[in-house]
Amino acid sequence: MDLSYSAEEQAFRAEVRQFLEDSLPPTTSDKVRTGADLSKEEMEEWHALLHARGWLAHTWPEQFGGTDWSPVQRHIFEEECARAHAPRIVPFGLNMLGPVLMKFGTPEQQAHYLPRILDGTDWWCQGYSEPGAGSDLASLQCRAVRDGDHYVVNGQKTWTTLGQYADWIFCLVRTKTDGKPQEGISFLLIDMATPGIEVRPIILLEGTHEVNEVWFDNVRVPAENLVGEENMGWTIAKYLLTHERTNIAGVGASTEALRRLKELAGLMTRGGRPLAEDALFAARMGEVEIDLEAMKITNLRMLAKAQEGGAPGLESSMLKIKGTEIRQALNDLTRRALGPLAAPFPSEDVEGSNLPDFLPDDAGAAAAEYFNYRKLSIFGGSNEIQKNILSKAMLGL
Amino acid sequence: MDFSLTDDRRMVADTLSRFLRDSYGPELRNKIAHDGPGYALEIWAKMAELGIVGALVPEAAGGFGGSGFDIAVVFEELGRALAVEPFLATGVLGARLIATAGGPAELVEAALAGEQQLALAHYEPTSRYDLSHVRTRAVMDGDGWRLDGVKAVVYGGGAAERLVVSARTSGSDDAADGLTLFLVDPEATGVRRRAYPMIDGAAAADIWLDGVVVGPDAVLGTVDDGFALLEETIAAGALALSAEALGAMETAKDMTVAYLRDRKQFGRPIGSFQALQHRAVEMVIEIEQVRSAVIRAASLLDGERTERERAVSAAKSLVGRVGKRVAEECIQLHGGIAMTWEYPLGHYAKRIIMIDHQLGDSDHHLDRFVTLGRAGA
Repeated sequence: MDLSYSAEEQAFRAEVRQFLEDSLPPTTSDKVRTGADLSKEEMEEWHALLHARGWLAHTWPEQFGGTDWSPVQRHIFEEECARAHAPRIVPFGLNMLGPVLMKFGTPEQQAHYLPRILDGTDWWCQGYSEPGAGSDLASLQCRAVRDGDHYVVNGQKTWTTLGQYADWIFCLVRTKTDGKPQEGISFLLIDMATPGIEVRPIILLEGTHEVNEVWFDNVRVPAENLVGEENMGWTIAKYLLTHERTNIAGVGASTEALRRLKELAGLMTRGGRPLAEDALFAARMGEVEIDLEAMKITNLRMLAKAQEGGAPGLESSMLKIKGTEIRQALNDLTRRALGPLAAPFPSEDVEGSNLPDFLPDDAGAAAAEYFNYRKLSIFGGSNEIQKNILSKAMLGL
Repeated sequence: MDFSLTDDRRMVADTLSRFLRDSYGPELRNKIAHDGPGYALEIWAKMAELGIVGALVPEAAGGFGGSGFDIAVVFEELGRALAVEPFLATGVLGARLIATAGGPAELVEAALAGEQQLALAHYEPTSRYDLSHVRTRAVMDGDGWRLDGVKAVVYGGGAAERLVVSARTSGSDDAADGLTLFLVDPEATGVRRRAYPMIDGAAAADIWLDGVVVGPDAVLGTVDDGFALLEETIAAGALALSAEALGAMETAKDMTVAYLRDRKQFGRPIGSFQALQHRAVEMVIEIEQVRSAVIRAASLLDGERTERERAVSAAKSLVGRVGKRVAEECIQLHGGIAMTWEYPLGHYAKRIIMIDHQLGDSDHHLDRFVTLGRAGA
């Protein structure tokens, strides 16, 4: 039993830290730190900087221009990025579609799309959920009907994150209506510039524009844009979901959130004393910190398992549940730590800033972040769906 | 990074696990646990022969272990079988402490051989879980010492053939400085013991010290300077209990999941109901978290003081919190059968819950985790 990082891993951490110090634009890290929205250009700039360093595609093998990092290296990179307030890598092309094309795509598809994901030519978004197909994804209705060498797509996708910036969308579409719902799904790549596509914003409860509806009205898609065989989309979807859950524990981000919470609890007062010394509040913070310390080890144990060649599966479901619970608890406490100062509504639409003057600049978005992060236990397979999976596959119930 | 056990530790765990599986069924366990001194002589002797006590004591003192992972591995196995033998009292809080303090080698050897029962008489009727609250006094008496005071709920205290007693040699009742550890013969004049069984099995004793005279060689370690040793020993004990709770929770959870598969109501296994499935999964996840906390505490037991104490308190606090949930959920998911003496689950639930009453409960350790973190920040 040895919980320490190897000399190589420590050297890697130092290298990542140095890179972040040298290369991460301060205006970008400031926005991440204070919870402000990044522009498309800022996200693309960060991708380009990582790509120039050869550090953009963490889950890709070297032959496709990836880093070929071990699970532990990916974890170290995530920790350091969170610590430095680097933006998250936009996952749709890199962590989702990329691995799918490598596994199921034709050589032509790989040669065409993968380099364009790396160099930022194409911004991808994900067309999975529909109004009637959330947790029950297999019930999706968006139709694709073969018409000569095209598919004609009609229907609607929703919760399309950053779809407003996307050049392309990968979609699960229904190509067969009889038989089991899972057996009539196909995986289709669609150019967002095709006539008949409309993107409508969905404004989230805290006021941000992060997700969208995407409508398809007789959208003609070349048949060569099919990935894998017709009606095998469900297999691809499941494969993609296991990759989507990489780094799902969010250990680095939660560590940073705890640091900020403690700092705020040291600044805020109750009864003339720092909130951090208030017995009730300190106990609540202490319990989350104990949970997070344990989850760091849980995460490392599961990384070690993955390192030995195990596929991320049941472990990732466990990490997803516990990781999101911890993160949501931290956001809850951060909001509560601010007391009445948490209530003002920070919005870019309001003239000037309505953030209070009495808080550090990374505290103003605490309430908004709390509301936004309720999504964590809903997306990527809701926590209840994860429990269904674990109950069946791990406990045999 | 490596989360596998060394071969030596794997062997100890396997040996112990095999022995418990073959020779320590629930019926025998309950007989030992609730009938007599809290151990069966022949079982204890056999376990000592297998080297299980030795695994808890450092090599320098004749054992072959004593580190955090040695302790965790042994106690997890003991917890799985709900073994009540006094490995904590005689092994961790007794022999390991005496060995670390450089106390009598023959005493440690006898304990390792299974021929000597020990107990740490530290907590008092008014101390709750506070480590430094000691009102028992020791005053110089010629070249020896004279002890007066009361020790409460001393685990293994009734059967112990030698006691380690904490007493105040200077300072106020709550000071960390001024504590000294003494070896006391429980048969000595002025020692009175009242032994009793515990709700979760095994036994403890209250011990009155009324002008008990000991020689100068009874002092373990340095006079007035016993706190550090006591603190490290209690940390090792809390780690042991955390690992024991982990093992007990694993078994209780396995029993519960098996029951969910087998038990039929409304014409189907009750494990097919989502309301129960999710609760079972939540237990599994929390137990994984406890395993992580135990691993972390074990890895830091030999480390720097603040890190060690925080990691152990984190583990023991989490064990208290999760243990309560697991014990209550296992009973509830079973239903009525878990309420019986005959079905083993209830005994697991009792032990898991009562571990929170030993060497500091979840609130005590949460407070300690927070306070030490603030001091270190």
